[in-house]
Amino acid sequence: MDSKIKQALKWIGLGFLEPLINLIRGKEVQKNTRLVLRQIVVPILSVFIFLGACDYGAQYLYNIERERKIEKTRATLGDAEALKMQQSIDAGDLSNKPNSLPSPSDVKNGAIALWEDHQMVSAKKKAFEEKTAALNKQRKAAGQDPITYTGRPSFVDQIITSLKTVFAGFLLAALLAIPAGIVLGLSPTLRSALNWVIQIFKPVSPVVWLLLVSMVVKTVLANSTSDKSFIISFISVGLCSMWATLVNTAMGVSSVDKDYLNVSKVLRLGVFSNVFKVILPASIPMIFTGLRITLSVSWMVLIAIELLAQSPGLGSFVWEEFQNGANDSNAKIIVAMFVIGFIGFGLDRLMMVIQKFASFDSK
Amino acid sequence: MAAFLELRNVSKGYGSGENRVEVLKNINLSIEEGEFIAIVGFTGSGKTTLISLIAGLIEPDEGEILLKGQKINGPGPDRGVIFQNYSLLPWLSVFGNIELAVKQVFPNMSPVDRADHIAKYIEMVNLTPAIQKKPSELSGGMRQRVSVARALAMDPEVLLMDEPLSALDALTRGTLQMEIEKIWYESRKTVVLITNDVDEGILLADRVIPLTPGPGATLGTEYKIGFSRPRDKAAINADPNFKKERNDIINYLDEIGQHRSVNNGEEYVLPDLQPKYLSTKLPLI
Repeated sequence: MDSKIKQALKWIGLGFLEPLINLIRGKEVQKNTRLVLRQIVVPILSVFIFLGACDYGAQYLYNIERERKIEKTRATLGDAEALKMQQSIDAGDLSNKPNSLPSPSDVKNGAIALWEDHQMVSAKKKAFEEKTAALNKQRKAAGQDPITYTGRPSFVDQIITSLKTVFAGFLLAALLAIPAGIVLGLSPTLRSALNWVIQIFKPVSPVVWLLLVSMVVKTVLANSTSDKSFIISFISVGLCSMWATLVNTAMGVSSVDKDYLNVSKVLRLGVFSNVFKVILPASIPMIFTGLRITLSVSWMVLIAIELLAQSPGLGSFVWEEFQNGANDSNAKIIVAMFVIGFIGFGLDRLMMVIQKFASFDSK
Repeated sequence: MAAFLELRNVSKGYGSGENRVEVLKNINLSIEEGEFIAIVGFTGSGKTTLISLIAGLIEPDEGEILLKGQKINGPGPDRGVIFQNYSLLPWLSVFGNIELAVKQVFPNMSPVDRADHIAKYIEMVNLTPAIQKKPSELSGGMRQRVSVARALAMDPEVLLMDEPLSALDALTRGTLQMEIEKIWYESRKTVVLITNDVDEGILLADRVIPLTPGPGATLGTEYKIGFSRPRDKAAINADPNFKKERNDIINYLDEIGQHRSVNNGEEYVLPDLQPKYLSTKLPLI
């Protein structure tokens, strides 16, 4: 049982929890206590230190903003108004709240607000669906499109949209880069012929890719009713992030162990068997390393692309909150930042697990 | 009438111009069908180059290699190779590794026959319990057995072994030597064994041929080994002829080895230096 749990933890990259299990079972107490201290307690402490530093920094910035606001009122409206302003700020009046870096507790409140908002929005959506269920049935029977909810998406809806975009982009990147990488890896001539493409386009910024893609998509899909902003953003994500997989695949394929190639030569395997039975399995670890980088890059560029493409998702959420400027907007932006970070971490771990299943050298 | 496998004036070198190193020079060898040849030599004398030439993995610079009177042209399944480092594909099981080879050599075999064929050779090397294991789960000796089974299952004309046992411990090596002897006795394949172990050569081969040290290595005087088959390690070890053959070959190798070190000997003169006192401060220039 224990060893199964440990195995599972190791697979998902949480192997550092192993000493805790040992300690709970009372095995090698001294050694495991030390390990638990180092691997679990110290990171948790560092989280608290980080929160403390953030709180102090936020307080400091808040005080500067507060002083400035009071001084400004004093300069324009006089001492009496300035005093009123000071009292109003210190009483916690939201309308006069200085706009600065939110403290950890503000962020927590922001997260709660977002969650409540999500529940409200989904309740509304559900109510709407119940209300239109009968009507939609009629419309369907009459061959009309059903009425769909077009209200504001909640934060969780935005996350789901972002994930959809990132997976579509990632799939596109994998479908383009893996076959291209194999071909490039097999042919040194093609590799040197197309090396400049890789070297030049790899460092191009996501923003430029977005503009390029929208130039093309705008024309190609001019008369289509499909969701153009989604198409533009996922294609841009794919094009930005495919390079790591392309380079890694080409590298993996061109540097297969000579022993394996000798086997293939002695057996006189045909081109097809050579590629699918020897070269490809041998380069799987490299290909997956590339795919892992691709997935994290696509999640990273997604935010910037959504922000510009006006397609719904976390990126546009951040941008709208920034433009919105409500008293808790800053806190919500920080919440989004952490959500983005955690999801990116989760995606990376997910890829790691898949890589372990797919590679021959994982044991 | 040409021999079964024949090497005629084969030379091979690497590099060009000043950096060119002649590895093998004027190798002449003819091997009859069903013969077991051992080529012994020093490390770095070009043994692996020789086996790669016969396997067709590299081309000779001069001369030609004939199998049954036909010039060999690239590698092929008619010459089964057992590599020093096993060269098993780590993502395939024991069965899968052999299946890949069998499928290639006998494409028309039915799946049932193929499975039987593979199982037969796995049985021959005593690996039936490990049939579905991956190479990473096997010991070195077991891996080399898979490699032997793979080469045999291809039913090649010639079996080429490139120091197949040198990566194994002495005990495993002894066991595998006897297994190779047994398998050879049953199958009577033509075998070229490359080894750095004179005992192994005497124990297994009909002829032991030393490879002189490189650069420009060539084959030396051959020694015919006349022990009756099937051979038994203990019996041969006790045989006075074994000691004689062994001493002859080792003396011969020593002789040509010394020849090398004398010819090769540039004199290295040590510079006449006195140690300095470390505490003395050197002037800054």
